[in-house]
Amino acid sequence: MVPPTTQLKPARTWRAPLVSSAQQGPIREELDRLEQLVLDGGRLSPEEALFLHAKADLLGLARMATAVRERLNPDAIVTYIVDRNLNPTNVCVTDCGFCAFYRSPGHREAYVLSRDEIYKKVEETVRLGGQQLLMQGGHHPNVLSDWWCELIRDIKARFDINCHALSAPEIEHFARMEKRPIEAVVQDLVEAGLGSLPGAGAEMLVERVREIIAPKKTHTDDWLDVHRKVHQAGLRSSATMMYGNVETIPERIEHLVRLRDLQDETGGFTAFACWNTQPEGVPDEASFPRKTTPAEYLRMQAIARIFLDNFQHMQTSYVTQGMKLSQVSLMYGCDDFGGTMLEENVVSAAGCFHLESIQTIERMITRAGYRPLQRNSWYGIVDPRWEGDTWPSRREESATHAAAPKAWRDIATASRPQTA
Amino acid sequence: MVLPTQVERRIERAGLAKIRDKVVAGERLSFDEGVTLYRSPDLHAIGALANFVRERKHGDRTFFNVNQHINYTNVCNKLCRFCSFQRLPKQEGAYVMRPEEVAQKIREQLHEPVTEVHVVGGVYPRLPYSYYIDILQAIKRERPSIHIKAFTMVELMQIAKLAGKPLAEVLPELVAAGLGSCPGGGAEVFAERVHKEGYHVKNTGDQWLDAARTVHNAGLKSNCTMLHGHIETIEERVDHLNRLRLLQDETGGFQAYIPLSFHNEGNEWSHLPSPTGLDELREIAVARLLLDNIEHIKAYWIMLGIPIAQTALCYGANDVDGTVVEEKIYHEAGATTPQAVEREELIRWIRDAGRIPVERNTIYEVIWSESEAERALPAGV
Repeated sequence: MVPPTTQLKPARTWRAPLVSSAQQGPIREELDRLEQLVLDGGRLSPEEALFLHAKADLLGLARMATAVRERLNPDAIVTYIVDRNLNPTNVCVTDCGFCAFYRSPGHREAYVLSRDEIYKKVEETVRLGGQQLLMQGGHHPNVLSDWWCELIRDIKARFDINCHALSAPEIEHFARMEKRPIEAVVQDLVEAGLGSLPGAGAEMLVERVREIIAPKKTHTDDWLDVHRKVHQAGLRSSATMMYGNVETIPERIEHLVRLRDLQDETGGFTAFACWNTQPEGVPDEASFPRKTTPAEYLRMQAIARIFLDNFQHMQTSYVTQGMKLSQVSLMYGCDDFGGTMLEENVVSAAGCFHLESIQTIERMITRAGYRPLQRNSWYGIVDPRWEGDTWPSRREESATHAAAPKAWRDIATASRPQTA
Repeated sequence: MVLPTQVERRIERAGLAKIRDKVVAGERLSFDEGVTLYRSPDLHAIGALANFVRERKHGDRTFFNVNQHINYTNVCNKLCRFCSFQRLPKQEGAYVMRPEEVAQKIREQLHEPVTEVHVVGGVYPRLPYSYYIDILQAIKRERPSIHIKAFTMVELMQIAKLAGKPLAEVLPELVAAGLGSCPGGGAEVFAERVHKEGYHVKNTGDQWLDAARTVHNAGLKSNCTMLHGHIETIEERVDHLNRLRLLQDETGGFQAYIPLSFHNEGNEWSHLPSPTGLDELREIAVARLLLDNIEHIKAYWIMLGIPIAQTALCYGANDVDGTVVEEKIYHEAGATTPQAVEREELIRWIRDAGRIPVERNTIYEVIWSESEAERALPAGV
């Protein structure tokens, strides 16, 4: 399938539209029409999303994104999850020039964590009320699906915590190295106890872009296909986008089109998050353009909220954007503050020392007029302050999506509380 | 100018129709309406109203300048509880710059197109009156073309005391030595309750306003500020803005209003949380709506951080301050922003916010503006 946006003329150098030009005249008329369309629950075409990117003012985007947010998540709640980032290995062979975390095999700073180190971190996380381990590694040539299945089994045998682990590129790497189908790798991981899949490694789901910034990493269709197969196996996953390097604006919209189409097909995505390329300290720093500015994040996040009308949740990325901007993004469609990231090697190594305490997250949410509540990986609320049910409370209960196996969907339906 | 249809709906839903009518008609908002704006949950609606006023006054034009800061001393006897900058005379880290050191700071920036120096410091009673004259003259000797924006009302009162004559008589001498205008700091929150609890050694709100009146009557422009987000109530904030508005009716001497956010590191109020980004955006928006007679609302980026300063340009602000070489006061209180920014970088943020960057001098004369942008200006601006 060729998304229609590829035929659109790429915007080589983007300039934000003047705010005043969106307040009156023919541009305003079209923006009013789109705003009404969105308020009525209508779906934007890729061309309309491009129009918003080219012409809309931030205040208008905030209003539209908030309308979608209020339709999909009518309660004045912003969730977040107590979790820990655990990177069992930093060894990677994909050599992405925008990544500051990886080390090549044999490098003196290359590591693979021992079980004792991992258990210690997991134990601390569980003690802090953690709901999730966000585990990702590099593409290690020898640390493959067997190693990961064993790790997940070992953790699940000892601790009550969800393994939100790996990513589409890692799963594809296993399949390629082990010369077997994606489905088989996914099935093994599900049997080992994998609970959900993070949306990492999507970068920009456009081949022209991937060939330049991540030539050795998963192709667009393969990234999407891993998520499809994960959804078919019953698990939910999230989706991401990293913008702000070689891509054009139509290519950003194409990325959103690909995600929305797959979500129409499977319904397995829980949430979407985006961030700009963080070039400080990465191997190809000199070749990356300057970091995009905060206003562009708000624009992109709002357009994603409006366009991805079949994604229930939008997650802000305070690790990359900082607490202040993330708080503002709650007016631009975000309804989730992401994880507490008790440890975050990947991004902080790229110069983002934005790690903040739970108190700060709660204050940001409260001052934005929302109620902060803790959730699990499937957006079930687990907060002791919450008076409702926790649902979904485990991966099988989250399998409400069309692509999930019938047995799991039955569990999900049967467990659904009357009030939900 | 009209408000977009969808904005109108949002405003009506938020119960702000009456305020909207007055804003569109250019009528002054009341005290109670100020309180309503602070309390309304709908920042979308308030932001749109503030943006309406901002664009009516300035279109997309957003001002910045190329400036440098000199904080000549951190020794101060005012003991304000919110302050992280102040030191006692013999305390570790206390400093006073000799006039020669002040001149050196100017000399270090001669290669940059700096048009303004912002000079403020603590109130150190052992400095003689001549010191203040000396530093003004030292700056002008190094860079005769530079505009000196110096001394808050608090410092001016101290200088007059040292000179042993009324402020009105001291000001011409300072002007003769090089003073060009005055900054807006030291106003804090005028309310007596807050003054008593937070900074009782400092001059009162009325004294600050009196000094500002004297400055304006001497033909000098100044800015004005409010330090928000600590122990003050919403009513006390509206009262503060109202008092500024009344003085402005009388003198017309305020060029810009700058909301200053309380920062909570390294001071006696560290137990209080600092205002969040959305609080800061609201502060900008409400000020734009209430201060109908003050031309410019400044989103002071060094204090807000770039994300909020940039966003604020859609919530009522039309100025971002300048390149600010070497800011000290907010950095002592935990600000993590860079201490300076390149002129090109400032222009880039302003553009990305959908605004037209205009470099100004201290009295808002245009030094540079994007030519393409000038063509886009609506008639009559």
